Amino acid sequence: MRSNPEAAGTGFLNRQQKRTLVAYSFIAPNFIGFAVFTLGPIILAFIMAFNEWDGSNPMKFVGIRNFIDLFTNDRFLASLKNTVVYSLFTVPLTLVAALALAILLNQKIKGRTFFRTVTFFPYVASLVAVAAVWNMLFTPGKGGLMNQLLMNVFHAEPLKWAASPKTVMLTIILFSIWKTMGYYMVIYLAGLQGISEDLYEAAALDGANTIQKFWYITLPQLKPTTFFVSVMLTINCFKIYDIVYMLAGGSNGVVNKSAMVLVYYIYEEAFRNWKLGSASAASLVLFVIVLIITLIQFKFEKNYAND
Amino acid sequence: MQSKKTNRLIAHIIIYILLFFLAVIMLVPFVWMITASLKLNKDIFVIPYQWLGFTPRWENYVDIWTRIPLAKYAVNTAKLTVIVTLLQILTSSFAAYAFAKLRFKGRNLLFLAYIATIAVPWQVYMVPQFIFMRKLGLADTHLAIIILQAFSAFGVFLMRQFYEEIPDSLCEAARIDGMSEYGIYAHIMLPLSKPALSTLCIFTFVNTWNDFLGPLIYLTTDSKKTLQIGIKMFISQYSAEYGLIMAASVISLIPVLIMFMLLQQYFVAGITTGAVKG
Repeated sequence: MRSNPEAAGTGFLNRQQKRTLVAYSFIAPNFIGFAVFTLGPIILAFIMAFNEWDGSNPMKFVGIRNFIDLFTNDRFLASLKNTVVYSLFTVPLTLVAALALAILLNQKIKGRTFFRTVTFFPYVASLVAVAAVWNMLFTPGKGGLMNQLLMNVFHAEPLKWAASPKTVMLTIILFSIWKTMGYYMVIYLAGLQGISEDLYEAAALDGANTIQKFWYITLPQLKPTTFFVSVMLTINCFKIYDIVYMLAGGSNGVVNKSAMVLVYYIYEEAFRNWKLGSASAASLVLFVIVLIITLIQFKFEKNYAND
Repeated sequence: MQSKKTNRLIAHIIIYILLFFLAVIMLVPFVWMITASLKLNKDIFVIPYQWLGFTPRWENYVDIWTRIPLAKYAVNTAKLTVIVTLLQILTSSFAAYAFAKLRFKGRNLLFLAYIATIAVPWQVYMVPQFIFMRKLGLADTHLAIIILQAFSAFGVFLMRQFYEEIPDSLCEAARIDGMSEYGIYAHIMLPLSKPALSTLCIFTFVNTWNDFLGPLIYLTTDSKKTLQIGIKMFISQYSAEYGLIMAASVISLIPVLIMFMLLQQYFVAGITTGAVKG
């Protein structure tokens, strides 16, 4: 049979059909799980968003009622606003921190690997553990390390951090930057290593100083990386949930309006209020936001490819 | 020449000052965590904080195992993490082989289904997924958590990227020798893809070990809970047990730290594969 691959009809199945079957057998274990538990629920999310449902009684079709209710609901609007504010600060600040760290840790210095590891570790460290420390370091009382620092080094008033509606977002933003900047630094390091040494040598011959080299070579060469990092960061910011739960959630995990974020709203509507239609409508809002960001990414990537 | 030398010296001094601050910012929370885990609650918020020179209270590390069923939580988490990681590696590499090296009807369409969902955050479909699992009677079971994590589009995508770079001629040669596709997968592709498998392994391990929202939604029975949920529960109930909270936190970090130290290079490789290829 191998000598004549087109020999069809000799057995029960021809060679091409056999090949396809073999291929499907490779894909099936993963695809069945994926289709049933990921694709299915995604489709169900779209159906549920246009229905009223508590999970046990029959679904009731309500058209776009869920969406109208959302955009007149205080808590939802607050969650949307907080998520946007959080992203507006976290994205640029993390980006700048990651770039600065990448440049610093791309220098030929002793202990480079150690510093890279130390910067990256918070990203893989469990959130519950690091958030617990963070809550103690940023405790509202005067005994907390951060308030000690504020009072003794900067001679400022102690802050209430996550305990006050005024500073809760600040605390969440600082924590996010600290925990994730190492991850984006790794991406920037890869970007930096992709820049040709020749460019810097040519610039040195022309008498460019360090700042000029950074401004006219490093930064423009890193444009695709910066774009990728900002897209990833924005999407991840819109998915934020557990950080808020850990830092701003009370003992029962309830988050008040000053720190409500989109995913928290979805969680609360679904698993505390059992308003599944409304929760799914909010999920679709999240989906549309992420989709728009992804489409922008595709469009820009095409532009880079054409350059 | 002289000024160039001093310039370089100044640059070096600045770099090392920056590095010092970096190390402080990144390490202080962990050093604080470890020192606080060895203190009495009343000594933790003493001003100024005692970094050294206190008598370590090792009992915190003994007591925490009896105050909460930490061993049970750890076993649950370890069991889930190992099963999920194994399933993920097996099914992803299996499917990726077909997508990268076999030609068949519907290949592009099926792969598109994976790609399209990579961009959909889990948070978008976590609610219908939970409802569906509950209908199947899987609410409050470990099986639900396993199913949740084991079939990711990311794994298939990552493995396929890697397999694409292995020359087709290698498979062709094996086919001519009469090896079956399963044989080629097991004897040629798997041994060659150790770096990609390690990458997927550490990503899945860390994600499953640290997962919070999944177990929070699904697991309601105390004895089924994972480390993250268990520790968080303890923190909520006994928020003033600072020493014990920190001891539990240190314990929960150790497995990830070990995995990270062993497989760090693969972790970095995994992040940059996604980044460079977009």
